[in-house]
Amino acid sequence: MTLKALFAASATAALLLATSASAAELTVGFSQIGSESGWRAAETSVSKSEAAKRKINLKIADAQQKQENQIKAIRSFIAQNVDAIFLAPVVASGWDAVLKEAKEAKIPVVLLDRDIDPSGKDLYLTAVTSDSVHEGAVAGEWLAKTVAGKDCNVVELQGTVGASVATNRKKGFDSVVAKNANLKVVRSQTGDFTRAKGKEVMESFIKAENGGKSICAVYAHNDDMMVGAIQAMKEAGLKPGKDILTVSIDAVPDIFKAIAAGEANATVELTPNMAGPAFDAIVAFKEKGTVPPKWIQTESKLYTSADEPMKVYDSKKGLGY
Amino acid sequence: MTLRIPRRGMAQVLALIIILMIDRLVSPQFFNLHLQDGRLFGSVIDVLNRGTPVALLSLGMVLVIATGGIDLSVGAVMAIAGATAASLADTHSLPVVIASALAVGLACGLWNGILVAVLRIQPIVATLILMVAGRGIAQLITEGRIVTFTSPDLVWMGNGAVLGLPTPVVIALGMLLLTAAVVRGTALGLLIEATGGNARASELSGVGTRAMILSVYIWCGLCASLAGVIAAADIMGADANNAGLWLELDAILAVVIGGTSLFGGRFSLVLAVAGALIIQAMNTGILLSGYPPELNLLVKAVVVLAVLLAQSPRLGDLSRFTARWRRTKP
Repeated sequence: MTLKALFAASATAALLLATSASAAELTVGFSQIGSESGWRAAETSVSKSEAAKRKINLKIADAQQKQENQIKAIRSFIAQNVDAIFLAPVVASGWDAVLKEAKEAKIPVVLLDRDIDPSGKDLYLTAVTSDSVHEGAVAGEWLAKTVAGKDCNVVELQGTVGASVATNRKKGFDSVVAKNANLKVVRSQTGDFTRAKGKEVMESFIKAENGGKSICAVYAHNDDMMVGAIQAMKEAGLKPGKDILTVSIDAVPDIFKAIAAGEANATVELTPNMAGPAFDAIVAFKEKGTVPPKWIQTESKLYTSADEPMKVYDSKKGLGY
Repeated sequence: MTLRIPRRGMAQVLALIIILMIDRLVSPQFFNLHLQDGRLFGSVIDVLNRGTPVALLSLGMVLVIATGGIDLSVGAVMAIAGATAASLADTHSLPVVIASALAVGLACGLWNGILVAVLRIQPIVATLILMVAGRGIAQLITEGRIVTFTSPDLVWMGNGAVLGLPTPVVIALGMLLLTAAVVRGTALGLLIEATGGNARASELSGVGTRAMILSVYIWCGLCASLAGVIAAADIMGADANNAGLWLELDAILAVVIGGTSLFGGRFSLVLAVAGALIIQAMNTGILLSGYPPELNLLVKAVVVLAVLLAQSPRLGDLSRFTARWRRTKP
C-alpha cells in the first residue's frame, strides 16, 4: 500500500468520523402538542426512532395541549442552544414573539403536522405537513376508479364540525365527486371522529337509505368512525367491503385488520412520520446550507387489500396508535 | 286563551310523543321494525339503544340532584369503567370484568360522596375534580390508545339481545326497576327528597343526611360505570378520550327535562329516563333528517328550550296576564 493511498484512506476515515460526529452532535428540541390521539402518540414514537436512525439527539417536550407550555419549551430549547427546534403548533396564531427569539438566536424552526398563520411565514424554515384536501381527493379517486363509471350513492361520515381537517377532507372528496357524474353523496353527517358516533350515524344512514340497499359506498373522514360504521353494517346484516364499499383516511392499525378480514376496502395514510423529512431538511440545511422549500408535503399513500394489510398492521401496532 | 299548567309528567310525555311524530315526518320508515339476527331492528330500537347510556346516567344523577347536589364526573367515570372492562375483557370472565368495572365506579362515587358529605365541599367543585382527573386516569389505563377486545361475553353486553330487545335496553330497564324498588319501595326516596328540600331540618328531625348524600353519589358512580361498560361493549373497545365525553351535561339535561329541580327536593326516576329518551329521539331524528350537521346543535337547543318552556309555571301565569291585559285594553 502506497503512502498516498494510506493518506487518502485515513482522510476519508477522518471525514467519515467528522460527519458522523457532527450528526451525533445535532440536538433537536421538539415541542409536541400532547398525546390526545393515537396518531399523536405514533408521531412521537416515530420521531424518536427516526432521530435514533440518524443519531440525532432529540429532546421532546409534551405541552399537554397548552400553547403557553409550548412557548416555555421553545424558550428553554433556545436557552439550551439546540441546533434546531421542531414545533407541532397547538393553535395557528400567537407564535410571532417566541419565533423571533429563536430567529435572533439563529436556531431554525420546523413546523410539524400543522401550519401557523401567514403573518409569521419568515419566522420558520419549513413546514412538514400532510395536505388534507389531497387526502380526501385520493380517497375519492380510489372510489371513482373502483366503481368504474357505475352509479354510486355515497354516504359520508364527517369529522367534527368546524375542524379544518374535516372541512378539507370533505373538500378534496367533493372535488372528485364533482368531476364524476356517477358519484353522488346522498347523506353526510358528523361522527365527531369517534367510533361510537360513527356507529350511531351509520345506523341511522342504513335505516334512512332503505335498509342500506341504496348505499353503494361509505366515505369516513377517519378510520375510527369507519370501524364503528363497519359494526353498524354487520349488525344490520350487510357485508361491509362487499355490499357497501368503504374508504377512509388515517391508516390506523385497526383498519388494516378490517381490510385483511375483507370488511374494509381502502384507507389513505396520514403518515406519523413527519419528523423524518424534517430531520433530512435540517441536516441538509446545517451541512450544505440547502434552504428547503417552505412546505414539505408528506405522501398520502393509499392502502387496499393488495398491500398485505396484516403486515402493515404488525408494523404499526407498536407505534402507540 | 289561558294556558293550563299540565299535570306532572304530562309535559314530558307530550314532548316525547311530539318529537317521535316529527321523527316519523322526517323519516317515513321510523316506526318500521323487523328481526335481524334475533334482534329487533328499526329506528325506534335505535332511540332506546342509543339512549341507554344517558338513561343510566340520569338514574344516578336524578338522585344526586334530588339531594341538591350535582355530579359532573359521570362522563369521566364512564371512561374509567370502560377502560377497566376493556383491559380485562380478553383475559378474565364476564363476572370478574363487570365486578371490576362496577368496583371502579363504586370507588369513584365514594370519593365524590366523601368530598361532598364528609368534607362539605360544594358538589359542583368536588365532582369537577374527578371530571378532569378521571379522563386522565382512563388514559393511563388505556395508555392513550383505543383498547379493543373480542370477548364475546362482553360484546354481548353491548350488541346482544334478550327476547329481541338489545341487551343495553334490558339492562337499563332492569336498573330503572331496581332503583325504583329501592327508593320508592322504601322510605329512602322520601328521605332523599327531605335532604334536598332542607338538609338542616331533616338532620334535626333524625334523617341521616350524611349517609343519604354519600349513598346517592355511590349509586351515581355505579350507574355511570355500568353505562361505561355498555358504551365500551358497543364499540368493542375503550376510547378513553371520547367515551362519555360531555354526557354528564346530557344526563343533567335529562333530569331537568324530567322536571326535577336543580335546587333538590322532589324527583322522578321515570321522568328522568323519559328526559333521556326525549334527548335521544331528537338526536336520532336529526341524524335521519339529512340536514347539514352544522344545524345539529341549533335544532337541539330549540327543542330543549321548547320542552323546558312548556314546563315553566311562569309561562302559564304569563298567558293569564296577557289575557287579562287584552281584556282591560279599551
